[in-house]
Amino acid sequence: MTSHPQGDEATAAAPRQPLGLPPEQRESAPPSSSYVYAIGRAGAGLDTAAPRLTGLRDGRVRTASADGLTALVSSVPADAFSEEGMKAQLENLTELEEIARTHHTVVEAAHTGTTVLPMRLATVYLDDARVRSMLRERGAEFDALLSRLEGHAELGVKVYADPRAAAADPAPASDGPEPADPPVSPGRAYLQQRRAQRRTQRDAYRAAGAVADEVRGRAAALARDRVAHRPQQGELAAGAGENIANEAYLVPTDRLREFHQAVTGLADGVPGVRIEVTGPWAPYSFATPPAESRSA
Amino acid sequence: MGPVLLRDPARGKPECMMEGALPEAAGAEVSPTEVSAPADLTPEESLAGRQIALIDLLDRLLNGGAVLAGDVVLSIADVDLVHINLRAVIRSITPDGPAPW
Repeated sequence: MTSHPQGDEATAAAPRQPLGLPPEQRESAPPSSSYVYAIGRAGAGLDTAAPRLTGLRDGRVRTASADGLTALVSSVPADAFSEEGMKAQLENLTELEEIARTHHTVVEAAHTGTTVLPMRLATVYLDDARVRSMLRERGAEFDALLSRLEGHAELGVKVYADPRAAAADPAPASDGPEPADPPVSPGRAYLQQRRAQRRTQRDAYRAAGAVADEVRGRAAALARDRVAHRPQQGELAAGAGENIANEAYLVPTDRLREFHQAVTGLADGVPGVRIEVTGPWAPYSFATPPAESRSA
Repeated sequence: MGPVLLRDPARGKPECMMEGALPEAAGAEVSPTEVSAPADLTPEESLAGRQIALIDLLDRLLNGGAVLAGDVVLSIADVDLVHINLRAVIRSITPDGPAPW
């Protein structure tokens, strides 16, 4: 030990180690930062959940606590989770997905046992000491948010207009059949067909809008809060038809089923309109103070 | 910072695998079956045990979640699902904070 010629030098040159790392990780670990997944009240719920979870880059999830609040954190390589490193990762859809799914797995596991405030993706501190000081600084705000979220979960409701499904529906169009003069020229038949398509399309969007309004009405009676997300579009929007409403509701956990049943049937028998309910989710869409969360 | 184009603008096949073809979330030790769904919902009504659509997850993780002034925080202002706008903003370290890595 004392004979180790580089002992002192190595110690002096060693990068500052984050506090709170398990002893086995303190030596020879590259510089790391603390990635925060969620915050909850200090107690058995999170203390029990943390050691069973694996975070980003296979890091062990641990707790960092201060003033009665606990954050779930794990160590991530400081270079990969610097501003530039994270930007590079998030611009790659495969890496973005891995981070998102891992983040969600940790949040979800914690959420099933206790009330948590999920963090937005990619919330990184230099070390656990900085996480604890953040908990102290914003403790009152977190406490209020956790109280509001307690006993609630989030359900997502998406309403789709799908004119092609409406066109395939055997039900007659609302205006009745076109008057068909017996010898129909190909050109006239084409125009009739186009008119019918346009009508189907217009009807599907109108009907979807009406269903979306009805969803809001029914949901308002059962949910505590609502947040509108941007309608989904693009390659990742896998569902058939066009998403015209994409909303999240904060629902008491003992009313999840009632909410689900009240909403899912609203598009039954409406050609060209589809409703998709997702969740229950940890209350991601309600983790910001109400004033900020009203995005639409 | 301009939009970050993740997919072929000609709306070709996505460059990366969609749900189902992806490896399980890295390092997730807790399998969906261990995560109990809230008792109020039947398994059919609950997401537990099903692969969650990435788009639904990104709606929540990029637009929702508590926003903290972390030492390194990406502020992801908006997500448009053909062009994902990832606006990366580093929050400066507080003056009395320790030096970065």
